[in-house]
Order: sequence, then C-alpha cells, then structure tokens
Amino acid sequence: MAGFLARRLLNYLVLIVVATSLAYMLAASALDPRSNYEGRNPPIPPAVVDARLTDLNLNDRTPLFERYLTWAGALAHGDFGRTVAGGSVGDDLGRRIGVTLRLITVGLLVGSVTGVLVGAYAAVKQYGAFDRLSTALSFVVLAVPTVVLANILIIAAVRFNEAVGAQILLVSGEATPGLQGGFAAAGIDRIQHLLLPTLSLSLGLAAVYSRYQRNMMLDVLGADFIRTAMAKGLSRRAALTRHALRTALIPAVTYFAFTFGALLVGTTFTEKIFGWHGVGEQLVDSISTNDINTVAAISCFAALAVLLAALASDVLHAVLDPRVRVG
Amino acid sequence: MTSERTADARSRNGRTGGHGSGAAPLPLRAGSDPVPADPVLEVRDLDITFGRGPGAVRAVRGMGYAVRPGEVLGIVGESGSGKSVTSLAVMGLLPPHAHVTGSVRLRGQEILGAPERTLTAFRGRTVSMVFQDPLSALTPVYRVGDQIAEAVRVHQRIGAAQAARRAVELLDLVGIPNAAQRARAFPHEFSGGMRQRAVIAMAIANDPDVILCDEPTTALDVTIQAQVLEVLKTAQRETGAAIVIITHDLGVVAGFADRVLVMYAGRPVEVGSVDEVYYRTRMPYTMGLLGSIPRLDRGREQPLVPIEGSPPSPAALPPGCPFEPRCPIAVPACAESEPEPVRVGSPGHLAACVRSGEIEAEGWSPAQIYGMRAVASTADTAVRGERPRPRGERDLVLAVDGLVKHYPLTKGTLLRRRVGTVRAVDGVSFDIREGETLGLVGESGCGKTTTLMEILELAAPQGGGITVLGHDTARMSARDRMAVRRDMQVVFQDPLASLDPRMTVHDILAEPLRAHGGREVGPRVRELLGMVGLEAGHAARYPQDFSGGQRQRIGIARALALEPRLVVLDEPVSALDVSIQAGVLNLLEELRTRLGLSYLLVAHDLAVVRHIADRVAVMYLGRIAEIGQADRVYDAPMHPYTRALLSAVPLPDPVMERSRRRILLEGDLPSPADPPSGCRFRTRCPLFRSLDEAVRRRCVEEEPQVRRLGDDHGVSCHFAERLGAE
Repeated sequence: MAGFLARRLLNYLVLIVVATSLAYMLAASALDPRSNYEGRNPPIPPAVVDARLTDLNLNDRTPLFERYLTWAGALAHGDFGRTVAGGSVGDDLGRRIGVTLRLITVGLLVGSVTGVLVGAYAAVKQYGAFDRLSTALSFVVLAVPTVVLANILIIAAVRFNEAVGAQILLVSGEATPGLQGGFAAAGIDRIQHLLLPTLSLSLGLAAVYSRYQRNMMLDVLGADFIRTAMAKGLSRRAALTRHALRTALIPAVTYFAFTFGALLVGTTFTEKIFGWHGVGEQLVDSISTNDINTVAAISCFAALAVLLAALASDVLHAVLDPRVRVG
Repeated sequence: MTSERTADARSRNGRTGGHGSGAAPLPLRAGSDPVPADPVLEVRDLDITFGRGPGAVRAVRGMGYAVRPGEVLGIVGESGSGKSVTSLAVMGLLPPHAHVTGSVRLRGQEILGAPERTLTAFRGRTVSMVFQDPLSALTPVYRVGDQIAEAVRVHQRIGAAQAARRAVELLDLVGIPNAAQRARAFPHEFSGGMRQRAVIAMAIANDPDVILCDEPTTALDVTIQAQVLEVLKTAQRETGAAIVIITHDLGVVAGFADRVLVMYAGRPVEVGSVDEVYYRTRMPYTMGLLGSIPRLDRGREQPLVPIEGSPPSPAALPPGCPFEPRCPIAVPACAESEPEPVRVGSPGHLAACVRSGEIEAEGWSPAQIYGMRAVASTADTAVRGERPRPRGERDLVLAVDGLVKHYPLTKGTLLRRRVGTVRAVDGVSFDIREGETLGLVGESGCGKTTTLMEILELAAPQGGGITVLGHDTARMSARDRMAVRRDMQVVFQDPLASLDPRMTVHDILAEPLRAHGGREVGPRVRELLGMVGLEAGHAARYPQDFSGGQRQRIGIARALALEPRLVVLDEPVSALDVSIQAGVLNLLEELRTRLGLSYLLVAHDLAVVRHIADRVAVMYLGRIAEIGQADRVYDAPMHPYTRALLSAVPLPDPVMERSRRRILLEGDLPSPADPPSGCRFRTRCPLFRSLDEAVRRRCVEEEPQVRRLGDDHGVSCHFAERLGAE
C-alpha cells in the first residue's frame, strides 16, 4: 500500500510540474502586461515600462524560455513571483485559498454524501415516487446554470428572511465586517454566510452524484451476491446497506477526483455571485489585469488540488476495493 | 433473537408432528421410502405469474413436490421451464412484481406470504441455497471467511472470533486447502470451483434442513463439477439435509438424486424415483430429453433423437397439453385440456400424459415413440456407412504444427514493463483431413479457443506454422487470404451475439456472398435456408424473431454460404437446450456427409464431441495431452488427464452412474503464466502420485512430447503404458 502511494505521488509530482509549466507558458504568451501601461496620460516612457516589467519578470522582450527559467527558479524556493501591482503573489493567494477551500470542501462533502444517499435510495425504490421526484429534480438542477441557480437561491433567501423577520441567511460576503461579539457570534455569522454558497455548490453536485449512484446501485441490486446475502438470512435492509451500497460506492469514489476539478472552476461563479474573495474570483481578475504570475500560481494550485483529490480517491478506492489493494 | 424464533417454530412443529400428515394426499407425493418421514419442504399448487393482465407471464403453474430429510430431489427442465423461479419462490426471493399463490411449507409452517422477519429467520437456517454462478455469488469487497462468518452470526448468537473459527472449520469441511489462511482471501483470489465451495460452506453454516441448489455446477468445468458434487455429498452427510438440485443435466441427476421431477412449461410432467423415470419413462417429453442427449458411452453410430420445435413461450401457452405441438404421439384429445399428473406403474411415479396408460400397457420405448425420425436418421447412417478412402489418402485440409501463442503480462502505467508470459498455447500440433471432424476438447483456460482464434486469423503465428488448405499462413498474400477465407468459415458459440440484430436473415446470408462478388444471391439464400431446415419465408425476418436453435441454424447457413471446405465450430451447441442441441448436432452431421465438409470443433462438452468427432485432441494448459481416433481416446484413454476428464462426465444412466469409479482430480488448473516444470499435469496427476521418487524425477524434469502409441493415437505422458497396465 505504501509503495503504491509513493509511486502515485511521484507520478503526480511529474504531472504537477508539467501542468504548471504549460500553464505558465500559455499565460506568458497570451497575456500582455505591457498593455497595462499603455494609453496612460501622461505616457510612461518605454524605458521605464521595460525596467518595471523586467523587474517583475514580465517583460515580453525577454525570451519566453528565459522568463520561464527565472520563474521556475524562484518557484523552486517557494516564491510565486510578484503581481502586476508589485505585491507578492503568494501572500494574497494564501488567504484566498483558505476561503475557496472552505467553500469547496464543505460543498463537496455535503453534495456527494447527499447525492450518494439520494441516488442509492432512489435505486432501491426504483420507479417509486421518490425515484421519480429525485430524477426530475436532479435534471432540473443539472439543466439550470450555476448563475441562475445561485440567484434564485439569493431571492429565495431574501424572501425567507423577510418572512421570518430576521437576517437568518446572509447572501453577501464571507463574514459581516465589524461584527461585535465573541468567538461564538463570529462562528454563527460565518455559518450564516456559508450556508447559501455551499447550497448552490452542493445542489449541482448532489444532482450529478445521485444520477451516477442510482445507476451504480441498480447494477449492483441485480447482482447475485445480493441474493446470496439475503439467502443467508440477512434482512433486505442489511443486504442493501452492507453488501449493495458498500460495493456500489466504489465507482462513485473514483468519480470524486473529477468532480473536484470541475468544482474548482464552478466556484468562480459562486464566489463572484456571493461576494466571496476566493481563488476563482482572483483568477478572473488576474486574467483581465494580465497578471501572468498570479494566473500561473492559481493554475499550480488547481493542479495540486485536483491531483490531491485524485490521490484521495485512489486511497479511498484502495480502502473500499480489495481487488485494487491485493491485485 | 431470530434464532430463538426459529427454535420455537421447530419445537412447535415437533409437537404437532407436522402439518402435512393430516392434509389430503399430495398430488405429487412419491413415497419410495417404506416408512416416510414427514417432509421438511412441501410445495403445493405453486403458481407464479410475472406482471398482470393479458401480458402476464405464467412462469410456474401448479408446481408441487415434497422432500424428506436426507432425500435428494432432482428437478430437471430446459431453460424457461420455471425450475429456478420455483426455488426462488421457496426462498421468498422473487422480485415484487411476481405474484405467487399456492403453498410452501417448511417443517410444516407456511412461509408463502409470511412477513419478512419470519422469512429471514428461515433463510439460511432452515433452508439455504447454492446459486449457479459462483463468480458473482460472493460480495467482491469482503473476505470469504467474513462472509461465511456473517452467515453464522445472522442466526447464532456467538462472538466474532468464534464465528471466524467456525468459518474456517466450514471451509475446511468443503475441502479448501489451508483454510485458516484462505479464509482471509477475497473472492477474486478464489477460482470458480473454490468459490462454489465457499458458497456451499455458507449454505451449510447453520445446519439447514433443506439445501436448494440451483444449477450448482453448470458454470464449472467437468473435473471441478465432480469435485463440487462430492462436496455437496459431504455437506449432506454432515447436515443430514434434504437437497433439491435443479439442473438441466440429466447425468448429474442420475448419479446424485434419489427422485427426479421433470418440468415443462412451468409444470411438473413426470416425477418418480430416478430408476423409474430413467428406465420406465412414461411421458413423451422425458423420453425426448433422454433420447436427445449425446452420451459419452455411445459413439456417433447411435443418432440423437431431437424433439421437434421449441418450448412454448410462457406468455402464449397452447390450450391443451403444452407439449402437444412437439409430441410425436399426440392425439386430438391432447389439444383439448391439460392432463393432470397421474400414477403410472409403481407407487410414486406420476406422469402428466393422456397416453401414459397406453405407454405403460404397451411398454413403448423412447425409440418406438420417436420411431419415425429415428428411422430417417438411421437411413442417414447407412449412407454414411460406406466409409470413404482411408485417412492417409485424403487431402490435408488444416495442419497446425507446433503452434505457439504467448501473451505478455505487463505492469505499471507510466513505465510498462513485462513481468511474465501467459503461455496460452505452447506448441500444439494436429491436422485435419478432408471430410473428417476433429474435436478439440479441454477445460476452460486450456488454450483451445486461442488455438482456434490463431487459425482464424490467417496470419503468421508467433511460433510454429499453420497450413490451411495447402497455404502456409506465414507466407500468404492478401489475395490468398481472401481465397482461403472463402473456404474456411466459422460458426460461433452465441447465436444471438454473432448475428447483427439490425439485418434481416436474407441480408445476413447474402453478405458473405456479396463480399466475395456474388450478384444473384436470392436463389442461393433460399437454398441455404432449406439446407438448414428453415423456410424460405424466414428470410425477411430479423434474428430476434427466432428461437436459439433456429438462430444457430442461421449461423450455420451463413457459414455455408460460400461452400467452404473447412468449417470451424466454436462451441456450436453449448448455448442451446438439450432438445434443441440434438437437432443442431444432427444437422451438422448431415451437412458434413452431404457436402463433404471438414470440421474443427472446439467444445468443452465431451459427450457432444464424442457424438460428432472422428478424432479428438485433448488439451491441457496449452499443450495436447492426448490425440487420436475418437473411439480409441474415449474407450481406452492413455493419458491420466483424459481418464480423469472422462470419468468426471456424468452419464444419464442411474445404474451405470452409481457403479462408476470417479477419478477426482485435486485442485485447480495451474496458472498458464507459471506452468509446472516438466509435465504440466504432474501437480494434479494421480499416476504421478503413485510413482516412486526416482521415476517421478522424469515427470518433473522432462516435458513429455506427444508420442504415438498405436495407429492414430498419440499421448504426451512418459508413463502412459503403466496406466494401461493398471
């Protein structure tokens, strides 16, 4: 097992290096930081712009490969370079990663667990009322873009708040600025803020997972070993949870890594809409400001996150499926 | 809690002495026992219907049987006869859309329609089940030992450690070597035979009163089947349980069961003691079944007697006796109403046929009843009787010389590296001459299919050579290959999968003709359909409109379209029911004589091969163990493996089957990636074990080559003569 993980890690390290390097090259050749300084009044002398760009390692007159080497050399020491404004990429990113990860992790857990449970139950009650309802709902959710879904949620939350006459669901930002009160109050405030974005993230995820899990479960439900389990004298419920769900979980776990990547991109909208200052928001901003170093750093982070999720799903897969572990 | 309830139920039944005794006599009670004990399982008037309304499928109609402690009841029938559904109904495991009526009593207690709690208390404790496919019967993610321990703990209040010990005991009982260690293995680490042993261990974990076995050996090779049947006998000895064995194999029933019940179209049509049913058959369907199975102890001289037509669809049953449309002795009365099973001859022997009395009185034999067609086949034999030129003078159609096919075993994703070699075919030689049939037999994994695929590929093999109709495949131009393809055709195992469902029969048959430049295909298609016993009008239909046997006939017609000289048959009848199989085998035989074809037949069923092959080659782990004239190999096998293989095939003859000495092979087939040194069979060889140390060394060190022992008989065993002297 340890050897298996070590080999996987080594593979992933190679993949991260390749992915990040390609992202840097792409960003460095597509984005044009020089344009940030053009059209100013009074015009900035080209020599000053050149010196400034060279200082930030963003000068397009330096050969791309040379800039790449400088960037990679600094990165090897943990330095992601500087933003177009001159600040450190690393500092700003660290805080934002925390924000995004909080959103994603909670959303992912809530979404996948709900999806798996809904899907499994729907499969057990195939063609029943719950199955039909969950199928219809998940298709609706899948068909509605995140933007629309999030805004619907916001409208619903505002109505809800009006109806109960209190600000229960908070729709903007990650915390109320200048909040008075102790640690507990701050915690509750954060949860109030977290509720809606998490819901909007996890709804889509739950929809995907429930469809997937329903199919997996249906495959397993017809399997001979469920019949064997019941022939042993296990009740239907025990046979379904212990033998069917347990086996049907394996493919769902493999799916985990893929959704994590999709989610990372998906949060961009959610963050924008709910006013969270996360990585997704920054990625969009940095592209519009031609901030090559930030784009590369975020790509690096995304690659790392996706591969960590892949590693997690590998580990889970190995834990759940002995055929992988032994064979 | 559950176990207490069961115990309670048992004691109650003990007091009342069982319900069955007070009730009216069973319609299908067969008391071969002089002092019959109360039945442990009694099924009466069982009706199972799937769906509702006009589209409802009546899968089982008026099924009934009773088994007493220690008794073995065999239920035989073709696919769709309702035999498996019946056992699922007994277990209460049918899907919710099945409507079940009638009565199922376990130790006197009615369990049909009982609440789930009562059923779970019975399942696995009073009645347990062994399923057909051992590969999927175990949950892949739990250890085998844990799954058996789970069965123990569902019904008995014991600790986890104690249950685990019991699981090891059970595995040991069913003959898993090194049980303590193997209990920790996962199902995928077990071979098919071992998994079936584990399933049996699970079934006997709580000392049940009845074990239902649904085709327990159908998915297994014959030598493994023999092992598993032996384990079932052990299990029965240990538990004293009654066994209901459901199978389509009349040979298995002959040797294993005390009584037999024959099902047709959801109903029991004949029931009685095994001897009664096999030797004094009173129902034409049973006679047909017995007459249509190819037998290992009879050569091709005795033609098979197929039953015409195919079983009725349970959704559209004929008004009278369901067998009437296929019955050779049907009278108008048969079409009017369905006959009830009535007693014929000795007590306990019942047959559902209006003419059973006549059959009894006149003592008609199956041959007489199916006489008409048997005569026709005999005429065929007469034509065939005039033997063609001796083998040596006939043209060589196919020659395979030292054929090798190895598959690399690789590991790693980023850096693939070869870690081993699967020696699927490792030096195989044989030849086929004009007008003869060579049967290639062996258990799964012996390389017979790989050999066949290598021949069909018409490319240069990895090692050795293949010569088809005088052309060496290694030096073949594209044009030659096209020409040879025309002369060598193939019939596949699964008739449905090998016919394009979106093409009409006409298009299927016309395709090879057009591919080879034919223009006027219509007359030829009609001719082909006639040749395989189908009507010209069938050409416009699609494959799904045909029954399995008819589909295989279409497959044969397609193979014959180009007038080939060599036809390769890959398990041509293994997907078909016995009564259908006989017709296809007879057709193949007839076509061979009429068209002068040569066949290369790959099959695992040794009886089928005996029936149509002139010569056989027995394969073991990628090598040929024995090759030669069919009669010689079957009547006087010289290789210990052939002997064991032949002795493992059950005969549909109770007396012979009981008196046979079975050579049980130990263990499973070794992995072809790591075959034993020297003789590959030595790890399982009974002869090897009887040799003394000094002589054995030769088996370990030197790989035996096929050597001739007589005219057209070769064996790859160093000590074959010792076996013959035994």
